[in-house]
Amino acid sequence: MTRRHADALQAILRNSSSPWMDGSGELGSVVISSRVRLARNLEDVPFPHLLSENDASSVLKKVLQAADSIGDKGFGGPVIQVSLNELSPLDCQVLVEKHLISPQHAEGKAGKGLLLRRDEAAAIMVNEEDHLRVQVLRSGLELEEAWVLASGIDDLFEQNLDYAYDERIGYLTSCPTNVGTGIRASVMVHLPALAVANETSRVLTAVNKVGLVVRGLYGEGTEGQGNVFQISNQITLGQTEKEIIENLSLVVRQVVTEEIKVREMLFKNHRIEVEDRVFRALGILSNARKLTSDEAIKLWSDLRLGVELGMVPGLEIKDVNEILVLSRPNFVQKYFGAALTANERDVRRAELVRKHLASRGV
Amino acid sequence: MLCEECGKAQATVHIERIINGRKMTTNLCRDCAQRSGLMTLGVLFQPSFSINSLMSAFLGSQIEALPSTGPGADGPRCPVCGMSYRDFARAGRLGCSRCYEVFEDRLEPLLRRIHGSDTHVGKAPAGTGERARIRRQLETLKRQLSKVVAEEAYEEAAELRDKIKEFEAKLRGNPA
Repeated sequence: MTRRHADALQAILRNSSSPWMDGSGELGSVVISSRVRLARNLEDVPFPHLLSENDASSVLKKVLQAADSIGDKGFGGPVIQVSLNELSPLDCQVLVEKHLISPQHAEGKAGKGLLLRRDEAAAIMVNEEDHLRVQVLRSGLELEEAWVLASGIDDLFEQNLDYAYDERIGYLTSCPTNVGTGIRASVMVHLPALAVANETSRVLTAVNKVGLVVRGLYGEGTEGQGNVFQISNQITLGQTEKEIIENLSLVVRQVVTEEIKVREMLFKNHRIEVEDRVFRALGILSNARKLTSDEAIKLWSDLRLGVELGMVPGLEIKDVNEILVLSRPNFVQKYFGAALTANERDVRRAELVRKHLASRGV
Repeated sequence: MLCEECGKAQATVHIERIINGRKMTTNLCRDCAQRSGLMTLGVLFQPSFSINSLMSAFLGSQIEALPSTGPGADGPRCPVCGMSYRDFARAGRLGCSRCYEVFEDRLEPLLRRIHGSDTHVGKAPAGTGERARIRRQLETLKRQLSKVVAEEAYEEAAELRDKIKEFEAKLRGNPA
């Protein structure tokens, strides 16, 4: 990793605002972000889980060479190249918290790499479960745009690498659940009103029945945290990428419609209760001297609902989304540059959130 | 109905559980339900369909059908990565792209089961697909060549060699 890239990465790790979480894009009041990920592999090279560290490093080298010949233009912006084994475990964990790499990828083994656009909108994980995982992130419901960029980056790498592809079953992947298109499209939604009305489970079970999968904010096992859910496709073979994306968009639109319906009802019939909840959350977040990450994420959800409903002048969705990042345990430690005990983290987290809100004049 | 825990608030959450074969119902208010830990979303929301669980179940049944001992119990191994089908069924991950060819017969029903299809209809790479086709044709030609050489049919062999050169030139003309 060059000095310039290392410095750029450190800036990203200390920055709590990501353009793909700035509240823009279609249905931005409910949909936090859209992600498209493509799984690709090199022909006749063992998949990462069977690669020795040496062989993994030579795969990484090939991919980085390809990236060099593609240049920043192919990614749509300047890109930094990262070897994960050169990063501290803390830095890797911050990348996970920022949704830029998977928890699996964070175990900084030799040969694991990351190509990351400086604005975090596009990335390639090298030697995760597959040799390449191209991912594009966008704010709001913008799967189509995300697919177009991901596919464009994919085309450029294809010109420089020998992809494993079979004419009948498509792109070959380490796990057969990804074979074919290798696409995983995913939408992150915030559903606080459905939670208040106890309707989350009904709506999400329906989503599951049409073949889509629902996970929590930080993957499996975090369902319900902050009332944030990630809805994604499971089937990757026998449908075109466009069909997969359109199907997912259609279902997400229905979920959003249900959420907005309940929000309107709450706003009309229980305005004072909603306001009470929102401003209690704001009160605690902007005054507390100690905050656990669980408490922060619950209050975040209430505050975001208030901002989504236009109840909190001076605060925008992007300001609230930043709280989600800067209250994560590893981010707090990175920011203050020190390993902290749980108790110290709670104090520092409260300090960070307080200052952030004060800087927005709230 | 009042909450069975605090006895003060209205019970709005009714949790049914099967314990030792008997159905037990617990009626709680929302606060107590949340405190009880029973009302995690895991209880409220149980995914009914996941292709990962479908795959493990199917692989489990395939493993049981494999002969467990004796020579060749593991079946053929992939020439590139050395993986057997049993290794795959245990790990849930294939070893390399060649495994798809080696275990084609067993993977096909698996793909149909998890995706409801065994045919890709999405994006095809502009270069690799073409290269793969040329490479396959090249392999066929080389097999034919060794056959005709063994049969001492030199005229045919010369024709095949020309064709092979032509295809190799095509491969070079289509750089990776």
